[in-house]
Amino acid sequence: MTYLTEADLARLQAYACDIRCTVLSMLAEAGSGHTAGSLGMADIFSAFYFHILNHDPADPEKEGRDRLILSNGHIAPVRYAAMAHAGYFPLEEVLTLRRLGSRLQGHPERTHLPGLETTSGPLGDGLTQAAGMALAYRMDDTPGRIYAVMSDGEQQCGITWEAAMFAGARGLSNLTAVIDRNHIQISGTTEEVLDVDPLAEKYEAFNWNVLLVDGHTIDMFIDAIETAKSVEDKPTVIIATTIPGKGVPEIEGDYTWHGKAPTKEQAERWIAALEEARDAVGATL
Amino acid sequence: MLIHDTQLHPDLFNTDDLEHASTRDGFGEAVVEAGKEDERIVVLSADVADSVRANAFRDAFPERFIEVGVAEQNMAGLAAGLAACGKIPFIAAYATFSPGRNWEQIRTTIALSELPVKILGMHTGVSVGPDGATHQALEDITLMRVLPNMHIIVPADKCEAKKAIHHAVGNNAPTYIRFSRHETPVFTTEETPFALGRAEYLWRDGNPRVALMGAGPLLYDALLAARILQEEGIGVSVLNLHSIKPMDVERVKEAARDAGAVVTIEEHQILGGVGGTVAEVLVQNTPVPEEMVAVHDRFGQSGNAGELLDAYRLNTYAIVEAARRARARADGTM
Repeated sequence: MTYLTEADLARLQAYACDIRCTVLSMLAEAGSGHTAGSLGMADIFSAFYFHILNHDPADPEKEGRDRLILSNGHIAPVRYAAMAHAGYFPLEEVLTLRRLGSRLQGHPERTHLPGLETTSGPLGDGLTQAAGMALAYRMDDTPGRIYAVMSDGEQQCGITWEAAMFAGARGLSNLTAVIDRNHIQISGTTEEVLDVDPLAEKYEAFNWNVLLVDGHTIDMFIDAIETAKSVEDKPTVIIATTIPGKGVPEIEGDYTWHGKAPTKEQAERWIAALEEARDAVGATL
Repeated sequence: MLIHDTQLHPDLFNTDDLEHASTRDGFGEAVVEAGKEDERIVVLSADVADSVRANAFRDAFPERFIEVGVAEQNMAGLAAGLAACGKIPFIAAYATFSPGRNWEQIRTTIALSELPVKILGMHTGVSVGPDGATHQALEDITLMRVLPNMHIIVPADKCEAKKAIHHAVGNNAPTYIRFSRHETPVFTTEETPFALGRAEYLWRDGNPRVALMGAGPLLYDALLAARILQEEGIGVSVLNLHSIKPMDVERVKEAARDAGAVVTIEEHQILGGVGGTVAEVLVQNTPVPEEMVAVHDRFGQSGNAGELLDAYRLNTYAIVEAARRARARADGTM
C-alpha cells in the first residue's frame, strides 16, 4: 500500500536533495558540526516536513500540531535545513549555524528558534520528553501526534529505556519513535562500541509495535508512519536503516564523518554532484 | 526583639505547644489546594508517593497523578514534555535522586529549556534520620543554584512550605523547593510575609552585633539562639533567606553592614549552599566575618533526627557559639 503519487515521491526526493545541499553548505560555512548523520536523515526529514507533519511554519506554536522531537540534537543541520526549506525562517540564515548570536545553535535550543520543540544534544533526553508530550496530548484529547527521532547510539542510554518502558506500559499510541539505525557513533560502529542489538526484540519486549524500514525509501517510511497511526494500544518504533553520509559516495558509511564538517571545496564539489543527480531525475519542487 | 510585622506565632518560644509538622506535609496539603484551583497541575512521583506526601493529590486527582516508577531521569524528562504542552508539573522524589540522579535532565530539559517544572526535593538534611547517608540529601541547594533560570525556595516550616507551593504554581519558572522529613515547629503564620527574592527579618535588635541568616527549619533554632544572645548582651538580627535564588542581596548586605558579623545556618553541605551564597554576596560587597553552621564536608549517617542534628552541630547552641566566634573575629579578639 502506498500513500504517495509518483509526483509526490519525486517532490520529496527533490526536497531531500536540497536538504543535503543545504546541510553541506551550512556545515562548511560553520567549519564544524555533524555531517554523516545529517546527510543520512535527509530523506526522513523531507518526509516529515513536506508530507507527514501537521504543522504550520507561519504559526510554529499552532495548537494541536504534530510535534517532532529530535533527540540526537547533533544532527541539527538536517532539521535546520528542512525547516528553512519549509519556510520557518529565511534560507540564508542557515549560514549562521554555530555563530555567536545565531538562532541556530550548535545543538538545537527551543528558546532560540520557534519550531524547535525541545532543547537537545545530551543523548537520551528526547524520548522521555516526547513521552511527556504524548501523555499531555492524551490527557487533553489533543489530536496531534508526537514523533521522536533518536540515534542508534542513544539506545545505550539508560534513560532511553526508562522512557521506552513508560511509554510501552502506558500504551502511548500517539507516540512514534524513529531510530536512525546507521550503525555508527563517534568512536566507531555501534557493534564495536557497545552492541545495541537486538533492537526490535527489545522494543517488542517493552510493549512497542516495531516496524523495520529502509530510511532512504521515502514511500516505505511514510507507509510505516501511516501504519503507526492505526495502532491503538501501544507506541510504535520505526527502526530505519540508513547510510551515514548518504548522497556523498566519498564518505558514505565512514564513521569518522560522524562529527566533522566538510571543507568549502569539498562541499562545493559534493553539492554540484547532488544537484546534477537531482536534475538528471528531473524532479521539481 | 521579634519583628512584629512578620507575624510569627504569638507563642513562639513555647516550643512544646507549637504544632510540629514536616515541611513535606505542607507540600501534600498545598498541592491539593492548588490542584482544585488549576487543572494544569500534574504531580509525578517515582514510587514514593506516600513518603513525599503526593498521596493526597493522587487520591483527589488520580487522572492528574503520574506514577513513573523508580526512574527519576525519566520523571524529569516527562515533566519537561508535559510542561511544553501547557501543564504545570510537580515532580516529587527524594532529593538525593531528584535533583541528585537526574541533574543533567533538569539542566537540559528544564532549566536551559525554560520550562516551568517544579522540582520538590524531599528528605533533605541529616534529620532524615535512620535511613542514613544514602538518603540524606546535603548537596541539593548547590546542585540547583548553579543552574541559570532556576528559582530556589527553602521553607522554614510547614506553613511557609505551603506558601512556596502556591507561589510556584504561578511563577512560570523552573523552581526547586527543598523539604524535610523531620517534624519541626510551625512558627510562621498565614500572615507572615512571603515573596520570592525577599528576605524577611524575623528578629532585629536595636544595635545588632551579629546577623543570623539562614533557611529551613533551623531558623527556629536561630530565634532560640537570638534570645540567648540577647540575654548575653549581644544584639542580633535574624533574617529568613527562604528565597535562595534569587537572593535578596540588598537585605543581606544591609544586615551584614548593620551587624558587622554574620552567621549562616542551614542543614546542608557547607560547600555552595546558603552560607556559600551569602559568602559570595559578602566578599563582593560587604566583607565581614562569616561563620557557617552547616555540614562540614561530611556525609550523614543513621540515627534519630535529634541525635544527628546534635552530632553534626546543627542546633541552637551551635548557632550561639558561631555567633560568639563571628563577633570575636569582627572585634579582632580571636
